[in-house]
Amino acid sequence: MNTPNPTNAQEQQAEASRYALLLDWGTRVGVLALILSFAAYLFGLLQPHVPLEHLPKVWNLPVSAYLQSTGSPTGWGWLALAHKGDLSNLIGIALLAGCSLPPLLGLIPLYLKRRDYVYAGLCALIALVIGLVASGMLTGGH
Amino acid sequence: MHDVATRTPPTLAFLKQLRPPWLMLAILLALLLAGPVQAAGSVAPTSPLPWWFWPLALFVTCFFIGIVAVPAGIGGGTLFVPIIGGFFPFHLDFVRGAGLLVALASALAAGPLLLRGGLASLRLALPLALLACMSSIAGALLGLALPASAIQTALGLIVLGIVTLMLMSKKSEFPHVAQPDRLSSALGIHGVFVDGASGRAIDWQVHRTPLGLILFLAIGVMAGMFGIGAGWANVPALNLLMGAPLKVSAGTSGLVLSLVDSSAAWVYLNRGAVLPMIAVPSVVGMMLGARIGARLLHVLKGSVIRKMVITLLLFAGIRALLKGLGLWV
Repeated sequence: MNTPNPTNAQEQQAEASRYALLLDWGTRVGVLALILSFAAYLFGLLQPHVPLEHLPKVWNLPVSAYLQSTGSPTGWGWLALAHKGDLSNLIGIALLAGCSLPPLLGLIPLYLKRRDYVYAGLCALIALVIGLVASGMLTGGH
Repeated sequence: MHDVATRTPPTLAFLKQLRPPWLMLAILLALLLAGPVQAAGSVAPTSPLPWWFWPLALFVTCFFIGIVAVPAGIGGGTLFVPIIGGFFPFHLDFVRGAGLLVALASALAAGPLLLRGGLASLRLALPLALLACMSSIAGALLGLALPASAIQTALGLIVLGIVTLMLMSKKSEFPHVAQPDRLSSALGIHGVFVDGASGRAIDWQVHRTPLGLILFLAIGVMAGMFGIGAGWANVPALNLLMGAPLKVSAGTSGLVLSLVDSSAAWVYLNRGAVLPMIAVPSVVGMMLGARIGARLLHVLKGSVIRKMVITLLLFAGIRALLKGLGLWV
């Protein structure tokens, strides 16, 4: 077994700490938004786009038929209807699905400072892929 | 004074004899069999039960899945899709969308802890995650384009494959990597972690990186297509193929999952395949169950839980396969 390189170990710990901090906060905010919006949806504080009693008639349909039957939006169309109880939950879900972006972007300056251009590029590429798919440009859901 | 056994009804006495893990399995199976089965075709029959029954049953089922998933050492998403897809009246499109969110939430919750503990390596995760992210998008698009029966059949086969993998695969705590490959050397993929059990600082490196990258491409497709997460495939690939220590493999797998599931989840979200009434009770139930599971880690016997989960997966895999083939609808 080799002797650990202390400089390298410290560098890796610094990357991990920064990534962990940003990921932790992103996850907390996402989960909190999810729980609050679901409570508002469940207790009728926000009127849903699809009435609760109607759900058993549509949740067994393929997604295309569900969207047609309920007039639900695709892509970011839900944002315009985020005041509706059911669609407001997508805020928390979008926060959770996007909370890896700040840690990835946060690592780039750290890697650039060390002239580790490969890992700075990897972080930028992963963030680009997630950003593109989130925008709907890769999936046709824009 | 009467003996307890003489006062206890036979059914209750039998239940008392059951060990907790098997009792949990019995409850889970009872819950699943209580639900109406849905057809393998595009549209499942509607349920006569009130709307609130299903989210409640979903929450309870996910709570139990969360409890057993942690001691069994697999992600909750692996159990979620075959079980909920097989026994609940929701369309598989929505089940896969929720499954990805369940796997994502679990990976996000564990990620910071694993990183701070030195058990997840960013240098190992990032190159693999880039390829797996891209292929998971392709997998998710393919999954939403294929008919439900085809996905259900393939899911059954994959789940039975996971059962085989769980039964056959051997794990290596500290694999011997004589020499790192050129790619891993160029990328500087190596690190140090302190093993909590022995207190030793372990210096690790990896080999067969190009093969690992190809394997993660395939893993990404499966994660996106079936919404089952991919911890079951990540850990053997990192540990047995690339030679990362077992604990680093498990921790890094969670980090890769958080990025891969995030990409695939956006596809489902953009296509409207995330139904909050299915996704939220599942995520919350699983997270609460996983907390209990983590606390019970030292109390429950890991081998018993593992056997129980294999039984459950075998049952769910056969169900998915037969449902997909239209033999048990």
